[in-house]
Amino acid sequence: MGLTIAEKIIADHAGVESVTPGQIVNVPVDMAMANELSAALAIKELNKWGIDKLHDPTRVCLIPDHFTPNKDINAAGIATLVKNFARKHNVKYYYEVGRAGIEHAVIPLEGVILPGEIIIGGDSHTCTAGAINSFATGVGSTDIAAAWATGEVWFKVPPTARLNYTGKLRPHVYGKDLILHTLKDLTTSGATYMAIEYGGDVFDQLEMADRLTMANMAIEAGAKAGLFRFDEKTREIVESSERFLKEKPEYKIVDPDPDAKYTLERTYDISKLEPQIACPFSPDNVQPLSHINNVPIDQVVIGCCTNGWLDDLERAADVFRGRKVHENVRALIFPGSQKIAMEAMDLGLPQIFIEAGCVFSSSTCGPCIGGHMGVLGENEVCVSTTNRNFAGRMGHLSSQVYLANPAVAAASAVLGRIGSPEEL
Amino acid sequence: MKNNDNIQLDGTVYRVGENINTDVIMPGRWCHLTDDAELALHCMEDYDTEFNDKISKGDIIVADDNFGCGSSREVAPLSIKVAGIGGIVAASFARIFYRNCINIGLPIFESPECVEATEMGDRLQIDMFDGKIINVTKELEFSFAPFPPFMKTIIDKGGLRGYVLEKLRKE
Ligand code: SF4
Repeated sequence: MGLTIAEKIIADHAGVESVTPGQIVNVPVDMAMANELSAALAIKELNKWGIDKLHDPTRVCLIPDHFTPNKDINAAGIATLVKNFARKHNVKYYYEVGRAGIEHAVIPLEGVILPGEIIIGGDSHTCTAGAINSFATGVGSTDIAAAWATGEVWFKVPPTARLNYTGKLRPHVYGKDLILHTLKDLTTSGATYMAIEYGGDVFDQLEMADRLTMANMAIEAGAKAGLFRFDEKTREIVESSERFLKEKPEYKIVDPDPDAKYTLERTYDISKLEPQIACPFSPDNVQPLSHINNVPIDQVVIGCCTNGWLDDLERAADVFRGRKVHENVRALIFPGSQKIAMEAMDLGLPQIFIEAGCVFSSSTCGPCIGGHMGVLGENEVCVSTTNRNFAGRMGHLSSQVYLANPAVAAASAVLGRIGSPEEL
Repeated sequence: MKNNDNIQLDGTVYRVGENINTDVIMPGRWCHLTDDAELALHCMEDYDTEFNDKISKGDIIVADDNFGCGSSREVAPLSIKVAGIGGIVAASFARIFYRNCINIGLPIFESPECVEATEMGDRLQIDMFDGKIINVTKELEFSFAPFPPFMKTIIDKGGLRGYVLEKLRKE
């Protein structure tokens, strides 16, 4: 019987010909990653277990990004704990602030993970790396501690949902709109326990940024992973990573079998799709942009691990070029990583943002998690390119977050209300 | 398999709805906490500010679909455990949350029938080995699918910790 991409990668790691959904397997992980928050708990756990030796420090990745640059003394304490742990154990992939960025942007761009590999991360959006044809999934800190100690993780083999997209993308419609449209259909629990495999003829029109956004939000449908097949665009990002250039590691491209079995199949004709908006307080509370009337806003956030890719910043900058942020609005730009920020500089994007009246920030999770650098106050309304808009996610419990693509977010910043680039 | 006091549950129901996400269970602003007592203090704070006053040790959360959706933060199930909740019965759980509960040894059960029939304040008794939930108040009995053997092993060892330590010892 044919296998899906997820099943093939898991079977390959388990050293067997085939696996079936529901089966529980122990597999070696190629990388076990944590941010400073999940790492702190994992380190605490290892200490409790009395374990002082990592199975393989070259398969450990630590990226402080949530409350960094350290937001307060507490956060600084955690960051220090993680840094000392990395030093003590000679962790290969430890990324200090200023040399990295948000974990899910760093991982595919720096080559921390390669196609065909398995990465587990102490963060639900670890599924982002599925865009480069790897099996990437979020787990908790205890799982991370166990993987650091043993090199292994237990998985229940997920059934796969196949989502096909056909048609031609309209202007200002991106991966974000496809995934929001999908969430409206599937809801936040529609793919629970499943691996999503994205396909259809739209694949070729999607830039890596779009695929990364869609893989990133697979978890918003409850999925364990969100995977894409491999093509030349994938090769380009994989082989331009620093690690690849240095080590020239081999990797395995994984295609689904033609007779692979899917638990759920959907085909979305996106030819008529317009930009989509997820309204408060759930990523599946989605409306077409044209249905949203006159919602004044206080803040716009562009970036983070969902839409902080270079293409996203370019799409936003195209809207801001020669325009000003509305007087009632604060617009904050967060590139996904330092590498992306550098490439944005080469294209002159920060200049465009700053001239328009935006803040061009360092790369951090800050506002996305309501942590720092852009927390929402009482009753404030925000348009954000991030992935979650649960009550209180970005600040005060009464604040409201609308999720959108970067061009729509930028246009809204200029208009002072939720709106389209076409209105400018 | 013999009875294990850790996972034989008897408590009063704290009833919640569907899609209870990890942001309301443990808001982002408290995610830097690592101290159990402090975590317990903020458990479910954005859902019900009086949560801690309303529950007693051993109480059972009963929830509709998709309990624990959202982030992978283990502080969410951990805060529930250290706040004194004995276990959770839901119509369904979000994946990472489910896995985290197994790993930290917080007993959880999927039984849409039990959830449907159970209200705030009911008394539940759970026998995890026989796969039985009894709603004492309503005099109803429900069964749930037994855990697969591997998960049962982890639960028997009080979480992933016991499993890992044994594995390392054997090596
Ligand atoms: S940017 Fe937001 S969603 Fe992404 S890892 Fe950071 S907190 Fe999580």
